[in-house]
Amino acid sequence: MDSRARNLLDEALGLDQLTQSKSPLGGKAVLIEDCVETSGSFVLHQLIKRLLTATPNSSNVVLFLAFANPFSHYDRILRKLGCNLAAQRENGRFIFVDMLNVQCPEGKAGGGRSGLFALFANITKVLNSLPEGNRKCLTIVIDDVSLIEVAAHGSSDHVLDFLHYCHALTSNHGCSLVMLNHDDIYSSMDRPVFLKQMEYAADVLVKVKPLATGLAADVHGQMPVLNRDQCNRRGSLNNGMNNFQFRIKENSVEYFYPGART
Amino acid sequence: MRLWTFILLIGCNRIHILDCYTDPLGWKHQLADSGILPSNSSAGACLFQDVKDINKLQSLILELGSGLVGQGKVRFSVAIDSVTEMLRHVPLSKVAALISDLRSHDQISSIFWLLHSDIHDVRVTTSLEYLSSMVASVESLNQSSDGLSGDLGNLSLLEQNFRRGKFHVRFKRRNGRVRVMNEQFHMEESGIKFTSVTVEDGLVSQGLVPKVLFNLELSEKEKLERARVVLPLEHQGNGKPIQIYDGRRSLAPESMGEVSADTSQSNTEECSNGGGEIIYFRDSDDDRPDSDEDPDDDLDI
Repeated sequence: MDSRARNLLDEALGLDQLTQSKSPLGGKAVLIEDCVETSGSFVLHQLIKRLLTATPNSSNVVLFLAFANPFSHYDRILRKLGCNLAAQRENGRFIFVDMLNVQCPEGKAGGGRSGLFALFANITKVLNSLPEGNRKCLTIVIDDVSLIEVAAHGSSDHVLDFLHYCHALTSNHGCSLVMLNHDDIYSSMDRPVFLKQMEYAADVLVKVKPLATGLAADVHGQMPVLNRDQCNRRGSLNNGMNNFQFRIKENSVEYFYPGART
Repeated sequence: MRLWTFILLIGCNRIHILDCYTDPLGWKHQLADSGILPSNSSAGACLFQDVKDINKLQSLILELGSGLVGQGKVRFSVAIDSVTEMLRHVPLSKVAALISDLRSHDQISSIFWLLHSDIHDVRVTTSLEYLSSMVASVESLNQSSDGLSGDLGNLSLLEQNFRRGKFHVRFKRRNGRVRVMNEQFHMEESGIKFTSVTVEDGLVSQGLVPKVLFNLELSEKEKLERARVVLPLEHQGNGKPIQIYDGRRSLAPESMGEVSADTSQSNTEECSNGGGEIIYFRDSDDDRPDSDEDPDDDLDI
């Protein structure tokens, strides 16, 4: 079941064609949107596990910007999924940047910007430390974008500038970007400009939502996925639109099409 | 669609790219100065690293465009992808001034730009529309679902929306006349195909009727029969006194017999002509008969 379960999300993200010479997510920017009723963190965990354990001699490197939880939290979860984050960190394949207690300088104009500029400088250092041929194997993961706004004292413009530069890395170096954001924080606004800017910039949009019918014991939510890269690719069998449901188990996640769960 | 900001200058069958995407705020330049990044320039494009300086941007556009076409009578075009990203860094007044200056420049034949209208308020989109002689808008074919926020049943709608849409163009002529054009487009492997709008009415009516398991629409025959139904209190205008049927066929008095017969006869005639009929059955014959007084007697229907 687990190999089949990976295939549905992998297919939707384009991870099923993972090869040594290719960038794991193909240099794409992936935006995961969730809400209070249904958390999308499990998608991040699944992706990290997939990137780090796909092939034994893989060159994949994950740079994780953690604004939401400490390292111990992710270590505990990934251990249950069969991935030793501590070992991967020692091997230099999992780079954890603890942003929990970091606050951008306050009180001076552009304080938020200077803090985010410093963060971008760190990301660039990590990227440049990799051999040039392996830079496309870097995946930058951000958990989560709304907390970057908090760290930048509410300045969404500075956050968008930072994300723009991260996005530019995907175009110029072929690395990938995965961002988690909370849809319901911005849904009460007349025009959720910040969210729309991010949606426009993303190549793959993953929405993690509860079922329209409410809570269920066997199905924990649904996941429409829009992969613009697959939609635009000629001869693609997959038309880029997917919608499946999921059930989160203790050590894995089960994905299935509606009505197809056995 | 990516929020890139490239400005393309097109002239003499050549394109020159002014890259405002890679380093719009000069961060990479600062990192290069501090030795963290090797100094690098975008291959094949001119890098612009200060998007907030609109005057400098305008000067560079004109300089590069002139370099593209020379000093002769040949003119060049300017394409901006996208103005939405520019508006993040520069106020609307300055962007509008830039567009206005460029469009009135002798060497510039045309200028076109992309704007994501759902990100901006009406004031911004209207201001930029006033500056333009042509506005082309792309809309989804089915506007019922809110992007990916719709439920599972709308997946086919989402798929359709991604490959198809409506293309609406409004031209403003010099004499003030406005011409409007509507087409549908379909993105295929070979390119984008435009077709005229033919089933728009059907699509509109389809969009208004909710999708349920029972039929809410009327066929043509049902519409005709509904139109033929004579309403009981409707003034028929045929000179005869208005007959009100109280539903007591079994208790019809002799005085009313003729009338009832006439009524039933007229009903039969109507039925034989294919007209509609309203049949009213009282709950019980034991009920007290209705009053003969018409409570609406004072109305002139």
